Amino acid sequence: MDSKYYGWGLPIDISTNGASIDQLIYVIHGLMALLFLGWITFLILALVRFRERSGHKAEYKPHHHFRVPTLVEVAVAVTEVVLLCAFSIPTFSQVRNEFPPKASALHVRVVAEQFAWNIHYAGKDGIFGKTDVKLISPTSPVGLDPADTAGADDIITINQLHIPVDTPVIADLSSKDVIHCFALPVMRVKQDVIPGQVIPIWFQAKETGNFEIACAQLCGLGHYRMRGFFTVDSKDKFGAWLEGELMKKTGGKVG
Amino acid sequence: MSTASAAHLATAEHHYEDLPFWRKYIFSTDHKVIGIQYAVTGLLFLFFGFCLMMLIRWQLAYPGQPLPLIGNLFNESAMVGGIMLPEFYNQLGAMHGTIMVFMGVVPLAVGGFGNFVLPLQVGAADMAFPKLNMVSYWLYFVGGVIMFASFFAPAGAAQSGWTSYPPLANIASVGQTLWLLGMAFLINSSLLGSINFIVTTAQLRAKGLSFYKLPFFVWAQFITAFLLLLAFPPLMAAAVLQLMDRLAATSFFMPSGLVVNGVVSQLSGGGNPILWQHLFWFLAHPEVYVLILPAMGIVAEVIACNTRKPLYGYKAMVDSVIAIAFLSFVVWAHHMYLTGMGTKMSSFFQITTMIISIPSVIILTSLALSLWGGSIRFNTPMLFAVAFLPMFGIGGLTGLPLGLASADIHLHDTYYVIGHFHYVVAPGTIFALFAGVYHWFPKATGRRMSEALGKIHFWLSFIFINGVFMPMFIQGLAGVSRRLYDPTQYAHALPTQPLNVVMSWSAWLLGLSQIFFIINFFKSIFWGQKVDQNPWGATTLEWTAPSPPPHGNFTKPPVVSRGPYEYSVPGRKLDYVLQSEPAEAPVAGAGKVK
Repeated sequence: MDSKYYGWGLPIDISTNGASIDQLIYVIHGLMALLFLGWITFLILALVRFRERSGHKAEYKPHHHFRVPTLVEVAVAVTEVVLLCAFSIPTFSQVRNEFPPKASALHVRVVAEQFAWNIHYAGKDGIFGKTDVKLISPTSPVGLDPADTAGADDIITINQLHIPVDTPVIADLSSKDVIHCFALPVMRVKQDVIPGQVIPIWFQAKETGNFEIACAQLCGLGHYRMRGFFTVDSKDKFGAWLEGELMKKTGGKVG
Repeated sequence: MSTASAAHLATAEHHYEDLPFWRKYIFSTDHKVIGIQYAVTGLLFLFFGFCLMMLIRWQLAYPGQPLPLIGNLFNESAMVGGIMLPEFYNQLGAMHGTIMVFMGVVPLAVGGFGNFVLPLQVGAADMAFPKLNMVSYWLYFVGGVIMFASFFAPAGAAQSGWTSYPPLANIASVGQTLWLLGMAFLINSSLLGSINFIVTTAQLRAKGLSFYKLPFFVWAQFITAFLLLLAFPPLMAAAVLQLMDRLAATSFFMPSGLVVNGVVSQLSGGGNPILWQHLFWFLAHPEVYVLILPAMGIVAEVIACNTRKPLYGYKAMVDSVIAIAFLSFVVWAHHMYLTGMGTKMSSFFQITTMIISIPSVIILTSLALSLWGGSIRFNTPMLFAVAFLPMFGIGGLTGLPLGLASADIHLHDTYYVIGHFHYVVAPGTIFALFAGVYHWFPKATGRRMSEALGKIHFWLSFIFINGVFMPMFIQGLAGVSRRLYDPTQYAHALPTQPLNVVMSWSAWLLGLSQIFFIINFFKSIFWGQKVDQNPWGATTLEWTAPSPPPHGNFTKPPVVSRGPYEYSVPGRKLDYVLQSEPAEAPVAGAGKVK
């Protein structure tokens, strides 16, 4: 974890989707500041100019109409339409709908529990082994079925999400117990993990580094320490890591 | 009002004098006594909820360090050696939210001000259903006692957030059951209250008081009552379902195949946790407007009175309140963008959310424009009312990035959200409530609160409350999650951790600043400057009744012939014309407010 990634502003963005999210955040905060400054200037001016003092009287104008505020109101409404149509709806749609083709993507399962993230890789065959809740035990956090050969090369890590850089990743989020929220601040990824549902998300990293997974939804006593490690490796390094994990698994069995 | 009911009023008055103390002041049916009961209980709960938050702030500023002075007073299930446990932290968080919203702000804004002021402003002798009104208060009281007592339940109070999302809330300790029971009482209290408000406004208005002559405060309360009436039943249903899930092993919110703490759930399953969120937010978004509208009503009254001019855009404001009421029922899922909803749904809720901002801006703008051309008196109620405008403005503006789903991806569940809704409710609504207390205190007691103490209270509160909430936006943009017992666990939260120290000290100093209010409040009840029935030179009907008003309120039923804000009418000696003043010779423009 490096402090150069985080500060008082937005965290560093290393994702392909993050730029448009950040852009909207910056644009809307600029507009908000503009509106607020204009508005507070008016307020202070009014308070000073129309303060009670001798010789000053209030004006009785019950039907008076100011034109400028109406124009500002219309401008605000038009701006909101632009923000919606040009920024928010397209970006949300890109994040939610425009999944990369499965063939080119790394497919992982993320199984949340109180208070850990279990990451399930399909291994070389690209097929996830069958799982069953009845098989879940301390040594088998996702309940992988040993009888299923597709699961023989599957890798399960706890709180360790490794992904290769410049490769789209599809993650199927599910939860064993309560609602969690899978957040990768540097990727601008945040998605509730709802028990009883599998929610697919996708993202792609542009830079390598060591970052963190956060839980953003209150999930119980250990919510605050439901932190995982998120590592973006070069493609070679990722391949080597995956190989190493597989060796650890099979090596343990054989030797 | 007919002469028959006036006669009835007189007999009621006669009977009332004979009542024993406990019927007059404890189990009272008088709207003013009930209003004061609500207000005092609400203020106490606000203070209690604030104390919970001051404890939270210690853990956030100095995580894992023993709480000095009072740390050892807590038992082992809350703090060990003065160090707060995460169990207790989560209880404090959940109960702070619940108490502030359901037992502090709403009872004070609706139960307190609504009960005390609304019948007076419509010129009624009492609420339409006085006994129902009494039941409403006592249901609230019982609900409050249950919530308070839940801290002493085994494993403590509810700890799944004020939103009580299942499955977490379903598997939580017994405190959650008490939370649901407490909520059931609070919900039914609000339902009874809302019926009373609606009928009173519709049926008991003084002669001549047409709807567009009602003070804006009455409109705000009237519409709020509809929101309560229509939004609370779904939460009642949801609370019963969660209660069944917890007590009768049903699975309304529990899906199949859960493995909790390594144990496979034996429930039948098939339920859906998202159902709770829909039911909860179907209430809780209109509830936001239940918190805001009465505050806007108070601010409108105080601003009109202290600018000495008619409210700008009265009719547009009323229409906006009605529009907000309708729209508030179709925005609830903007709290749920990240639950996995599709783009069609999220687009719909983004659009409605942007639309609802427009009437809110109209109201706020009208209030600000009302200052233009006035002769502004800066007394304590006015200071709080004026401060409401930019504070609520910040709260409203910061709602925009959260209402846009793609910006919400980063900001959801961070301190940005906390900053946003606290600006709406704390320096927004609670400041308006303070304005209301200072403004109507003379009506309730016949005495004024001290201006000097009031101004100290205002300025200290204004400075420190911004010290509490402004840094939250910075933390939120940095991505710091809410509800973290120990934020220093995360690398991305470390750079902004020093802000937690600033916020905590601001919160404690804000707490100390309230001492000026407490002293002022009690001192003024007994020794405050005595005032006549209309110390502010205001126009609405409550100021034509004696201070404090007797049972039955008005010495004779008022008749209304004018709009609510006839200030500085040209050609008049006084700069205000009471709503009840007879319209003799036509005064140019007076008596008609469009």
